[in-house]
Amino acid sequence: MFAFILRRLLATIPVLITVALFAFLLLRLTPSDPAAIIAGDTATAEQVAGIRAKLGLDEPIYTQFFIWTGKLLHGDFGESFYFKKTVAELIADRVEPTLALALCTIVLAILVAVPLGVIAARLHGSWIDRLMMGFSVLGFSVPVFVIGYCLLYVFARELRWLPSNGYNRLADGFGPWAQHIILPTLTLSVVYIALIARMTRASMLEVLSEDYVRTARAKGQIERRVLFRHALRNAAVPIVTVIGLGIALLIGGVVVTESVYSIPGLGRLTVEAVLARDFPVIQAVILLFSVVYVMINLAVDVIYSVLDPRIRY
Amino acid sequence: MTADSLPQPTVPRARKPQSGMMRAFRNPSVVIGGIVVLLMIALGAAAPWLGTMSPTEINPSGRNKPPGTIVTRRDDDGNKVQVMHRLGTDLLGRDVYSRVLYGARISLFVGVTVAVFSIFGGLIIGLFSGYIRWLDPIVMRVMDGLMAIPAILLAISLVSLFRAGIGAVILAITIPEIPRVVRLVRSVVLSVREEPYVEAAITVGTPTLKILWRHIMPNTIAPMIVQGTFICASAILVEAILSFLGVGVPPDVPTWGNVMAAGRDVFYLFPHNIFYPGVMLAVTVLAVNMLGDGLRDTLDPKLAKRL
Repeated sequence: MFAFILRRLLATIPVLITVALFAFLLLRLTPSDPAAIIAGDTATAEQVAGIRAKLGLDEPIYTQFFIWTGKLLHGDFGESFYFKKTVAELIADRVEPTLALALCTIVLAILVAVPLGVIAARLHGSWIDRLMMGFSVLGFSVPVFVIGYCLLYVFARELRWLPSNGYNRLADGFGPWAQHIILPTLTLSVVYIALIARMTRASMLEVLSEDYVRTARAKGQIERRVLFRHALRNAAVPIVTVIGLGIALLIGGVVVTESVYSIPGLGRLTVEAVLARDFPVIQAVILLFSVVYVMINLAVDVIYSVLDPRIRY
Repeated sequence: MTADSLPQPTVPRARKPQSGMMRAFRNPSVVIGGIVVLLMIALGAAAPWLGTMSPTEINPSGRNKPPGTIVTRRDDDGNKVQVMHRLGTDLLGRDVYSRVLYGARISLFVGVTVAVFSIFGGLIIGLFSGYIRWLDPIVMRVMDGLMAIPAILLAISLVSLFRAGIGAVILAITIPEIPRVVRLVRSVVLSVREEPYVEAAITVGTPTLKILWRHIMPNTIAPMIVQGTFICASAILVEAILSFLGVGVPPDVPTWGNVMAAGRDVFYLFPHNIFYPGVMLAVTVLAVNMLGDGLRDTLDPKLAKRL
């Protein structure tokens, strides 16, 4: 198993290099000169040339790539054009809301979607099953921000139960934090629940027709145990895979949800950076999200081999 | 003897999609989804004759009116005319009803164009990558790298490279979709490459391009139609998201995302700005997805089983 993990880890290296190359080229492909942007409108030609030399922009492009990657590995993401802070500081400021939102969503989605999918598979063909499938198609089609505004309309505007925007740090108290995180979490969960529930149902349907499920029932095992112990464990691999792959969907959703609820997280930072053409920030955010995505899927692959000893690569 | 004089094994295969098409037209999701999509196309195309006004005309005295308000405007000759805003006006006094109907044009156009471009791009890359062995690992590493960047994030960052416009938005949505198409095409090519009729074609010296086009490409048509439909749905969504975030099509262009973006700040007081385009968007995407589900079940039963 250790060899497998090592091999899987090595396989992510070319992927990460491609991502880094893309992020690097993003800055270089822009028609504008980064040195001129940093220097500002009033700078003289000498000042621009000085900044260019300082940043290594006068080196050949492949040298620049190595310099840039070397800095990255030391945690130096450069300096934001727009916010006039280092990118690392900027990200550190913004990471908490995004992390809180993403974790709450993942937990909620799994807690809701897996039982939902199991029940739908157990009652295959019933109205509950059809309702669940209908919900899942709907979940894929209704855009995140429309869901967000519907929830805002009902719970913030009409009922006035929850605040409509902003974020409260967890350090400032659990109550206000929870109040602010509920609506965004619900909003973001919908598509993720649809995805996981659908996969759970499909995977369970396949497993429920297996002989060992019949055997378990024949020996008088209670149905809940048959479903969750015998069937779900064997149906787990595709479900865990889709949870991992769904992280990409989640990251996209975070960007939108944070804009709907004005949450000062990484998603909002991405949009602000694009609007301001703040390329070092865009680069860093892309890298960060992609690395997280790749690493989660690496973890998922490792979890497989623990969950299912039959799998050996 | 040339490849043309051989009995053509592709001929009976070529008929299969046709019978699939006939089955597709009897599938309820294809019918319902198709009708709704056609309806949306008709709404967009007929927008000028459906009692709309100019979707970009600003009216400072008629800003933020709720649905059903009658506003007095001056027409080009200076005469006062009463205009009914069926779905209200936005914060610049533009007619939401007109903007939503005209918005159907852009959304569907972007959806279809992205689907066509990404299918063609992915098809060409996938065919070559799957068939030419030395090319495969290089192409696939690049595709893996692109797929490691979450699609919306990639689209947002690509938009920042270009000047805002529909072309830039289409390109930015197309690029993240291509790797998925490439993978699908490649998997078909890999399974077909070893078929006897392909080997026969190689034996008689058929040029590689002709093998790819005549013998391998037809196998990808059914899965491509299905995939294209799903890409279309997702492209419509992503376009709306980009516009909503303010990084998409320029804000005066009537698109559903832009109407919603304009309504963001005044949502609490005037939710109509968000709701009507939101409903149109959701219904359209739902219809396209239903169409895709139905097509998948009828045209590509193997894929249907896998999902």
